[in-house]
Amino acid sequence: METIGVLDLQGDVLEHLDHLERLGISGVRVKEPADFSRLVGLIIPGGESTCLFRLLNIFGIKEVIDREFQRGLKLWGTCAGAILLAKNIVGESPCLGLIDIEIQRNAFGSQLDSFTCEALIPHVAQQPVPLTFIRAPKIVRVGEGVDVLLRQDDYIAAAESSDILVTVFHPELTPCLSFHRYFALKCGLKPHDDVVPSLIDPTWDSRSWTKHSQIAQV
Amino acid sequence: MDKKRYELNVQLAQMLKGGVIMDVVTAEHAKIAEEAGAVAVMALERVPADIRTEGGVARMSDPALIAEIKGVVSIPVMAKVRIGHFVEAQVLESLKIDYIDESEVLTPADEECHIDKTKFEIPFVCGARNLGEALRRVAEGAAMIRTKGEAGTGNVVEAVRHIRTINRETRQLVNMPVEEVTGFAKDNGFPYELALQVRKLGRLPVVNFAAGGIATPADAALMMQLGCDGIFVGSGIFKSKNPAKRAQAIVKATAYYNDPAKILEASIGLGEAMPGLEISDIPETQILATRGW
Repeated sequence: METIGVLDLQGDVLEHLDHLERLGISGVRVKEPADFSRLVGLIIPGGESTCLFRLLNIFGIKEVIDREFQRGLKLWGTCAGAILLAKNIVGESPCLGLIDIEIQRNAFGSQLDSFTCEALIPHVAQQPVPLTFIRAPKIVRVGEGVDVLLRQDDYIAAAESSDILVTVFHPELTPCLSFHRYFALKCGLKPHDDVVPSLIDPTWDSRSWTKHSQIAQV
Repeated sequence: MDKKRYELNVQLAQMLKGGVIMDVVTAEHAKIAEEAGAVAVMALERVPADIRTEGGVARMSDPALIAEIKGVVSIPVMAKVRIGHFVEAQVLESLKIDYIDESEVLTPADEECHIDKTKFEIPFVCGARNLGEALRRVAEGAAMIRTKGEAGTGNVVEAVRHIRTINRETRQLVNMPVEEVTGFAKDNGFPYELALQVRKLGRLPVVNFAAGGIATPADAALMMQLGCDGIFVGSGIFKSKNPAKRAQAIVKATAYYNDPAKILEASIGLGEAMPGLEISDIPETQILATRGW
């Protein structure tokens, strides 16, 4: 079965797995080189990019992502994930450097500056989608071959190349499945449209992730 | 704090899952912690082991020190306030740090009330020894929970006791008929609505980290295997012989907590850990975990 992986080193892994499951897509945690077999796409989740940066290097996962990307693996980075994928990070050296964007870490300020809003992203959904920004970065420039999906104020919030999607916000923290569906299509998968016709899943709530980390089975 | 702000605060803690938050007392420490892969730093004047040795009243750190640390790292910065000291919390909120720890490690300012955390925009993490204590803190507005353990001892036994207690009480709650929840909640000091939520979710509704006595990569992996979502290390890093190396080793073991070969690799050649304390040798008045109501 064709599968989308979620890089499971640190961050909001469970939240992405929950969204994939809601679309009827097989999702797996990716921790080891062996976990990359049969993947058509990999999501690099939100978390702390400096921590993920270290772990990717220490455990040799960076080389595996590079190699699998050359073989056609599609990539999506949310927040910290977008930073890791960027070719340029303001004031720092890049990590994976696979998409020609320039990104600024933690560009809004402290947690008190985290926010939610709504925006229409015609490529991804017909209706405005809810967006959650948590200590988010800003994409300040995109290079050739990279299309802007959403521009707000002085920054770019979502962009894509033919093989890579980057979002500085967190679709996995909202009831909206549109971005996960969009990425699945990019990976050549056909998510079940009939699962959630509107792509706002009314059965999702902000504690849905806990189902993947129970102490006691309910 | 409206519901949306509270959710954003819970969600920041979700981003920290699988990571290590490290106590730092200087900007230089903070850089070492960030370099090693910490997901956040706890800025304070003295690590718990020194607070324990030096005694006296432990208060919120000098805001200048916290601001300096905030200036040198890009990861979230947390800092501690005394239990019940809502003005220290107002000061830290004005300083625009990322998370406040209402902590038993500092000398409590109020022996009856914790801070009404719903009055703030900034998120709070609070310590707990059992499910009731955790849920009372959530009821007061905490967006994240940690075990108390026994800070500054380098002895993981209390943190293990606390997570095992939380797990046991969670399993009891999940498995009991709903009509027994009222009595169970009354006996154990659970807010009833939150007890029902735990019963429905099969775990705490917010992220729960381990804290208090974690000193080695194996300690961190132990707490993760027991079901914690991440790790706080206080004195364990900068009271050891080689802080940079130990910090990175604990980060590795936390990420790969289910992989004994990687924990082994992380445990080799770290030099001396911090000196440990036997809990039974600590006078009762100096036990920190019992602070909190």
